[in-house]
Amino acid sequence: MNSIDLAEMSNNFVYASMITLFLATIFFALSYSAGRTRAETRALVDSTGSVIPPAESSSSEAATTPANPGWRMANIGLSLSWLSAGLLLVGVIVRSLWADRAPWGNMYEYSITSALGILLVYLIWSTRRDLRWLGLFVTIPALLTLGLAVTVLYTEAAQLVPALKSYWLVIHVLAAIICGGAFTVAAATAGLSLIADRHWIKQLPSRETLEKLTHRIIAFSFPLWTFAVIAGAIWAENAWGRYWGWDPKETWAFITWVIFAAYLHARSTAGWKHQKASVIAILGWVAFLINYFGVNIFVNSLHSYAGV
Amino acid sequence: MATETTTEQVPLPPMSRVGFFRWMWRQLTSMKTALILLFLLALASVPGSVIPQRGINPILVDEWLTDNPTWGPLLDTFGFFDVFAAPWFAAIYILLFISLIGCVLPRLGVHWRAMRQPPPPAPRYLMRLGGETAEINEQPALILSRAEKYLHKDRWRVIRSGESWVAAEKGYLRETGNLVFHFSLILILFAVAYGGLFGWRGNVIVREGEGFSNTLTQYDAWSGGRLTSPDTLPAFSFTLEDFNVEFSRAESQRGAPQLFEADVSVVRPGESMAANERIEVNYPMTIESAKIFLVGHGYAPQFIIRDSTGNIVFDDAVVFLPQDGSFTSTGVIKVPDSTPQLGVRGIFLPTTALSEERGPFSSFPAPDDPSVFLGAWEGDLGLDSGIPQSVYTLDSESMEQLGLRALRPGETWELPGGAGSIEFVDFERWASFQIAADPGKEVALIASILAIAGLSLSLFIQRRRVWVKVRPNAATGGTTVEVAGLAKASGDDPKENVDELVKYLIGEAT
Repeated sequence: MNSIDLAEMSNNFVYASMITLFLATIFFALSYSAGRTRAETRALVDSTGSVIPPAESSSSEAATTPANPGWRMANIGLSLSWLSAGLLLVGVIVRSLWADRAPWGNMYEYSITSALGILLVYLIWSTRRDLRWLGLFVTIPALLTLGLAVTVLYTEAAQLVPALKSYWLVIHVLAAIICGGAFTVAAATAGLSLIADRHWIKQLPSRETLEKLTHRIIAFSFPLWTFAVIAGAIWAENAWGRYWGWDPKETWAFITWVIFAAYLHARSTAGWKHQKASVIAILGWVAFLINYFGVNIFVNSLHSYAGV
Repeated sequence: MATETTTEQVPLPPMSRVGFFRWMWRQLTSMKTALILLFLLALASVPGSVIPQRGINPILVDEWLTDNPTWGPLLDTFGFFDVFAAPWFAAIYILLFISLIGCVLPRLGVHWRAMRQPPPPAPRYLMRLGGETAEINEQPALILSRAEKYLHKDRWRVIRSGESWVAAEKGYLRETGNLVFHFSLILILFAVAYGGLFGWRGNVIVREGEGFSNTLTQYDAWSGGRLTSPDTLPAFSFTLEDFNVEFSRAESQRGAPQLFEADVSVVRPGESMAANERIEVNYPMTIESAKIFLVGHGYAPQFIIRDSTGNIVFDDAVVFLPQDGSFTSTGVIKVPDSTPQLGVRGIFLPTTALSEERGPFSSFPAPDDPSVFLGAWEGDLGLDSGIPQSVYTLDSESMEQLGLRALRPGETWELPGGAGSIEFVDFERWASFQIAADPGKEVALIASILAIAGLSLSLFIQRRRVWVKVRPNAATGGTTVEVAGLAKASGDDPKENVDELVKYLIGEAT
C-alpha cells in the first residue's frame, strides 16, 4: 500500500469517527429529554458509592439500573462513543504509520490524538462507575476538537523538524495529551457541579458527588501534569541548553500547574471547598486551552513549529 | 459606614509586638493566604508570556519600546520586560515559600509523633461510625487474632487490647508524601538559585574550518552568575570540520529543516589529541560541567577586496545573519586598511529571487542559486571614535555611497572611480553554539523526581483507621463482632476495608 492510500485511509477513519461521535452526542442529548426523575437518579448515583474506592461500584450498580428509556438512549450513546474512539484510534495509528513517527508532530495530529484522549479518559473511567449522565459533556468537546482539527488545523504529514526528533516527544506530549483529556472531563464535572443545585438537568448526580468526582480526576491528573512539565524541562535542557527559560509555553504550563495546585489546596480550605474550587478547576482547564491553542497560534514561542 | 452595630464593641487588649508578629505569622501561614499567593503567582506570570521578555528576545523588547513611547518606558520601570526577575514577582514567590515553610515545618513534628504513636483505641460506641455487626460462632480471642493476622497482612499498623478490641491504622505515607513534596519544592528553588549563582552560558558563531577554545574572549556573548569565576571555565577547544544541513523539498512544509549536524574535532581538558564528535539538535556534547548545544546556522560569503592600487586589503569569509526561514541573510564588511576606508552592506541569497514588493530575497534555504547584493561606501568607518561598534552594522553617516551591485560566485565588481574591486569568491557555512553550565540542574532533577513521588503518595494513599470490637453473646454462645472504620480525608470512605474484613472474619469461621 503506498503512502497516499494510508493518508486517505487515516482521514476516512477520522471522518467515520466524527460521524459516530455526532450520533453518540445526539443519543446522549436524547437521554436527558426522556429521562428518569432526579430523585431516582440521585439514589442510583449515591448508592453506587460516590467515594474514593472505584472497585466497589459494580455489583450494586447493575442491580439499581432498571430498564429506562432515557438510560437506554445513553447506553446507545456510550456504545457509539466506544465505536467512535475505536475508529479514531485506528485513524491515529494509520496516520502514525504514514508519517513513520509518533502521531503528534503538528497541531492537527496533536488535536485528533487529544480528542481520542478525552474520549478514552471518559470511557475507561465509565467502566468503573456509571457516568452515562456525563456523556454529552464529553462528546461535545471531543467533537469540537475533531472539527477544529479537520477544518482549520489540517496539515499534510511531514517529517519532523530536528528539534522534535527525540524520544521525549513521545513521553512529554503523551503525558500532556492524557492530562488534556482528564482536565476536560474535570472541567465538565466541575461545570455541572455549579448548576447541579438549579435542577436544570434532572439526571445529574448531587453537587457533592460531582465535586468529589472532579477532585478525583484532578488528583489523578495533577501528578501526571507535573510529570509532563518536568519531562518537558529535561527535554528542553537537551535541546536548548536550559531546563527552564520562561518560554510562553513553559509559562502557561506553569500557570496551569499553579492553578490546579490552588484547586487542591482550595479543596482542603474551609469556605473554598465547593463552588469556588469548581471555578478554579475550570480556570485551570482554560489555562490549559490557552497554552494549547493560544500560545501556538498567537504568541511567538519556541513551541510554535510544524504547521502551526 | 452608616449601618448601626447592635453588638457592643469589645475593647481589644493592646497587642504586644510579639503578639503582632504571631498574628502576622498566622495570617501568612494560613491556607487562605497560600491560596491567594498561588493566584497572584499565576496572574503575575501572564504578562511574561504576552509582553516580550529581555531574557528571551531583547530585540523584540527594543522594538516594543520604540512602538509604544508612552507605555513602554512605564512598563519598563516596573520590570514588565523581565517579569521573572522583577522584584514584585520575587516578592510573591518568596512570600509563598515562607508561607509554605511556616505551614509544613510544624506538620513535620506532628507527623513524626503520629508515626511513632500506636493507633487510638476503639471508641466506646463504635457503631456510631457506621460499620457492620456480625454474629460469629467462635471465641472472641480467636476472632481478634484472626483480625490481627488479616490486618497485619494487609499492612496495617495494629494494636490489640486483650480480648475486647483490635485497632488498626494505615496510610501514614500520605502525609509523608505531602511533606516530601513540599520540601522538594523548596529544594527546587534552591537548585535554581544555585544554578543562577554559579552557572554560566555563552554563545559563539564558528565558521567551517574555524576553531574555538573555551576562554571568555572567544565568545560573542557570555554571561555568568554572580559567583561564577570566568577563570575556571573547562579548558577545551574544538574545530568545526563540517556542517551538514538538509531542508524539506516536499510540497508541504517546503524549506522546513530536516537535519543539522556539526562534525567537530575536539580536544578535551587534559588531552592533547583531538577526537571527532558530532553535535546535533537534541544531542549536545558534554565536557565536564559544560554542555555544547547546536542552536543555529547560516552562511558566510567569502570576499577578496582590492584597493585602487590592486593590493589585497581584505580576504575572508564574513558571517551573515539569517533574517527569515529561507535564509535571506544580511551582513557587513569593514575594510579599515584601505584609504579611504571602505564599507560594504550585503544581502546573501542562497536561492535568488526577486519581487516588486520585497526586492531581492531568498526563496529556499539551500544554496540552489546563490548570489550577493552589495552596496559599497567609502569614507570614515568611525572605528576610531572609541564607541564600540557591532560587526553586523555599518555606520555610513560620514561615508559616501559608491554604488550597488549583484554578484554570483566568482564574479568581481570593479568599483566606480577606480576605488578598487570586490570579488565574491564563494561561501562557507557557520554554526552557532550555546555553551552552558548549570551546576544546580542535577539537584533540580532529583528534587523534581522526589516531588512527583511525594505528590503521588499524598494523592493516592488514604489514611484510614479500622476497629474490631468483640463481646461474648450469652444468648447464642457465640460472639458479637463490630467492625467500623474512619477516614481522615473528607470524601474518603473506609467502607471497602470494613466489608472485606467482615467477609474474611465470617468466611474463615465457616
